[in-house]
Amino acid sequence: MEALFAVIIGLLVACGVYLLLRARSFPVVLGLTLLSYAVNLFLFAMGRLSVNHPAVISEDAGAYADPLPQALVLTAIVIGFGMTAFTVVLALRAQGDTGSDHVDGRG
Amino acid sequence: MSILFIVLLPLLGAALPALIHHSRNIGAWCSAAVTGFALVLLLGLMPDVLDGDTIIYSREWVPAIGLNLSFRLDGLGLLFGLLILGIGLLVILYARYYISPRDSLGRFYAFLLLFMGAMLGIVLAENLILMVMFWEMTSLSSFLLIGYWYHRGDARQGARMALTVTGAGGLALLGGVLVLGHIAGSFELSVVLASGDLIKNHPLYTIALILVLLGAFTKSAQFPFHFWLPHAMAAPTPVSAYLHSATMVKAGIFLLARLFPALAGTQEWFYIVSVTGLTTLLFGAYNALLQHDLKGLLAYSTISHLGLITLLFGLGTPLGELAGVFHILNHAVFKASLFMATGIIDHECGTRDMRRLNGLFKYMPYTAVLGMVATASMAGVPLFNGFLSKEMFFGETLHRGLLGQGYWGLPLLATIAGALSVAYSIRFIHDVFFNGEPVDLPRTPHEPHRWMRVPVEILVVLCLVVGAFPGLTVGPLLNVAAGAVMGGGELPAHTLKVWHGFNIPMIMSLLAFTAGIAIYWQRQRLFELQQRHRLPMDGKAMFELILDINIALARRLTASLENGSLQRYLALLFGSALVAVGLPLLGMHSLTGPQPLMPINLLVLTLAFVLAVAAIGTVILHRQRLLALVMISAVGLIIVLAFVSFSAPDLALTQLSVEVVTIVLLLLALYFMPQRTPEESSAGRRWRDGTLALLSGTAVGTLTWAVLTRPYQADTSTYYLDNSVPGGGGTNVVNVILVDFRGFDTLGEITVLAIAALGIFAMLRGLRLPAPVTDSRGVPWSSERHPLIMQLIARLLLPITVLVAVYIFIRGHNLPGGGFIAALVAALALVMQYLASGVEWTQARFSPDYGRVMAAGLLVATVTGLASWMFGYPFLTSAFTHVHWPVVGEFEIASAMAFDLGVFLTVVGVVMLVLVQLGQLGDQSRRAQASHEEAR
Repeated sequence: MEALFAVIIGLLVACGVYLLLRARSFPVVLGLTLLSYAVNLFLFAMGRLSVNHPAVISEDAGAYADPLPQALVLTAIVIGFGMTAFTVVLALRAQGDTGSDHVDGRG
Repeated sequence: MSILFIVLLPLLGAALPALIHHSRNIGAWCSAAVTGFALVLLLGLMPDVLDGDTIIYSREWVPAIGLNLSFRLDGLGLLFGLLILGIGLLVILYARYYISPRDSLGRFYAFLLLFMGAMLGIVLAENLILMVMFWEMTSLSSFLLIGYWYHRGDARQGARMALTVTGAGGLALLGGVLVLGHIAGSFELSVVLASGDLIKNHPLYTIALILVLLGAFTKSAQFPFHFWLPHAMAAPTPVSAYLHSATMVKAGIFLLARLFPALAGTQEWFYIVSVTGLTTLLFGAYNALLQHDLKGLLAYSTISHLGLITLLFGLGTPLGELAGVFHILNHAVFKASLFMATGIIDHECGTRDMRRLNGLFKYMPYTAVLGMVATASMAGVPLFNGFLSKEMFFGETLHRGLLGQGYWGLPLLATIAGALSVAYSIRFIHDVFFNGEPVDLPRTPHEPHRWMRVPVEILVVLCLVVGAFPGLTVGPLLNVAAGAVMGGGELPAHTLKVWHGFNIPMIMSLLAFTAGIAIYWQRQRLFELQQRHRLPMDGKAMFELILDINIALARRLTASLENGSLQRYLALLFGSALVAVGLPLLGMHSLTGPQPLMPINLLVLTLAFVLAVAAIGTVILHRQRLLALVMISAVGLIIVLAFVSFSAPDLALTQLSVEVVTIVLLLLALYFMPQRTPEESSAGRRWRDGTLALLSGTAVGTLTWAVLTRPYQADTSTYYLDNSVPGGGGTNVVNVILVDFRGFDTLGEITVLAIAALGIFAMLRGLRLPAPVTDSRGVPWSSERHPLIMQLIARLLLPITVLVAVYIFIRGHNLPGGGFIAALVAALALVMQYLASGVEWTQARFSPDYGRVMAAGLLVATVTGLASWMFGYPFLTSAFTHVHWPVVGEFEIASAMAFDLGVFLTVVGVVMLVLVQLGQLGDQSRRAQASHEEAR
């Protein structure tokens, strides 16, 4: 399981980085989104993986999933939305001002 | 305790004249009162110090780095303290009449007091790091003072040069002090001064010595760092009188004296310090003679005298130190009065050029007499104070043991320097006050304001009194000061008196006078010589050159890195990150840790496969943007399922709702963007990016693997799990962490979100994008914009979705849910209305100001945090209680829920603000187009 998880994170990073290096704003936004997925999963994995553990405190539960990375990732997801939105609108504004969706504003 | 106040008074008092700037007199009185009060405090401590006590006040500040707020008052500190405060008081009085009403006197006094406090800090500091801090403060405040007339180019340039040179020296000094503290094991002077032998025998001694001396020599304008001082003459004359005669330039000398017991007495010290001092002495005296500007003459003369004192400390003989300390005092007194006299001349004549100022004795006889007395003291004429320390200096150069065979060289050079000093002093007197009539002065000179002359009178009287009765007036003070320089040793027997008999120093003096008169007589030849053999490069040109080279290098480096291409920046960024992550990974001897692995189940394997296909599909299809968007949303949904299967329901819910909102956002944006991405990357570029991407992926994957196969210490998390119910009153630990344990983080995060939304709002204002009429294949966009069935379903779903949001919100503290998720669900319910029925329809029925919702959310969250202050708890402490509601049953109310409400409102506000703004962009553009077509 751990190997599979690591491979998936690596794949998401690779796809994300490749798209981030593209010249047009839309693929860059997609790349940023993929990279955010990877980062969130990575952060989440820092508390180690656990299957079939209860999510809330209860009397009969033996062990719990690590709540701390979950809390961190939860806000990271929401912040990630803020970041994506900001980048998208930045791209739109750049397109409006330069007439091109090239990341450097070239035609 | 009162030592602390002596330093703090001027520093804090600096605010007074800055605030009271409308009245010149009140500002002056305030500054004088602050200084006077500090002086009284110092005088109160004086008897103890004269009895040989060292008063120490100490208080911990940052013990971890050895920085203490500790001050010491011994003989040396007392002498300097009296100079700083005494002359400071006179300068304040003088400046009141010197600074013209057009300039801000308040600003001047504020800077001056700031400088005074910093200077007092240097001389009274017991902790070396503290001393360096004050040292830097004097550099900064002198920058402000030299650049006081900031509209003048030369003032700005001079200020910058002084700051660069003394600031760089301060940096070296910091290094030296750190080494010293490392050797001695403490930064307290009491310890450092007592470990002189340890320091001198340490292998790091030479480094420490050179660094400390760099600090001292730059500050005291020793050759070859002297060049900033003449350019600092662009400062108002009171500043020169204070900083460039009595105080700041003496800080370097002070440092030599202060650290004398710790550093002096070695061959290195002797050669470096005395050779530097001797060179500076001769160089300064020679150049002083060549200046035509009065202040330039005084500046070079100051350099020369500072060299003399440095030389005395370099020689290291006990009486040499006494002479050095004595000359510090004498030079401060006569040079400050000379600067003030020069200021009067400049003020009344409008020029300082000695070729135009002639015969002023006729116009201002009284000032002329004052100036002549001070100049006589500078030249070392008997019965004036300068004579005494000069004789002692001559006497010390005669020590045979110092230089071996060539011992006679030192007295010879000293006599030459003395002759030059006599020559430029005669020039000062003869050229300015006699020598015919003034040439073409801007105004007719006359005596200055009475109070402007008083400070000069006081200083000149001091010159005379000290010169005539040295033992009675300053004897005790000099003895304790020189005793402190020697580190508590006994001074050899000596007497301070005017007439020591007809001895060798006396003969040297006579020679110097005769030669000095001769040099002045033949000065025209000297000027001509100087004209013919100009140095190819002076200090200032060198400084400018180094500065220019540095700036050019920095420009080139910046230009080579920053070419405006985001692709390049990102490639550099990822490349650097790769190196930073990859190198430690390569260095690990085993990537796989000991943790037993979990088995793979079929569900996860399937999910992983779909995710891989979707992610790679996004990359392959990224030119066809809509398809890529579909692919990436598949990735997002698989991640939701991954969170579900790895026991993270909160994350799954959040990811799901964010996913929907994000896709809507991207769809809205895509409407305005080109539908396809042109193929424009070269094959080489694609290979480069592909390699970088693959390497990055491998690095992060390997890192993940390395972490996951190692055991985990979940101490923090265990604490949260244990305390969630008893401390936070909620069984959903993730939510309790968010709103309670780490509520401050969450507050920061929603603030960041709100700022991002504001940024988006600002960027979208006034943005006009042409809305496309057809899609990429040329098919026109559907005119039926709001399908009926979708409208109906969306309206039906609205109350249900809102209900779900409320439910998720309320249960969030105990079951998966909470403010973030509830907000996203609620936002979705609203977004659906906009999507199904259009912005106009929806806004006609329901249009809150989402910016205000966002602000209200932040306010609620912050006020909840602040409320705990009212009950005496730290910020954001939560409280909870259980109440029994009819029908509902046991119900919990926690203050954290109010905080969560703040989170809820903020997130709803942010999401809706962004999406509605973006949606309206389409409507605006379409309307603009429609009206455009109608007009046609």
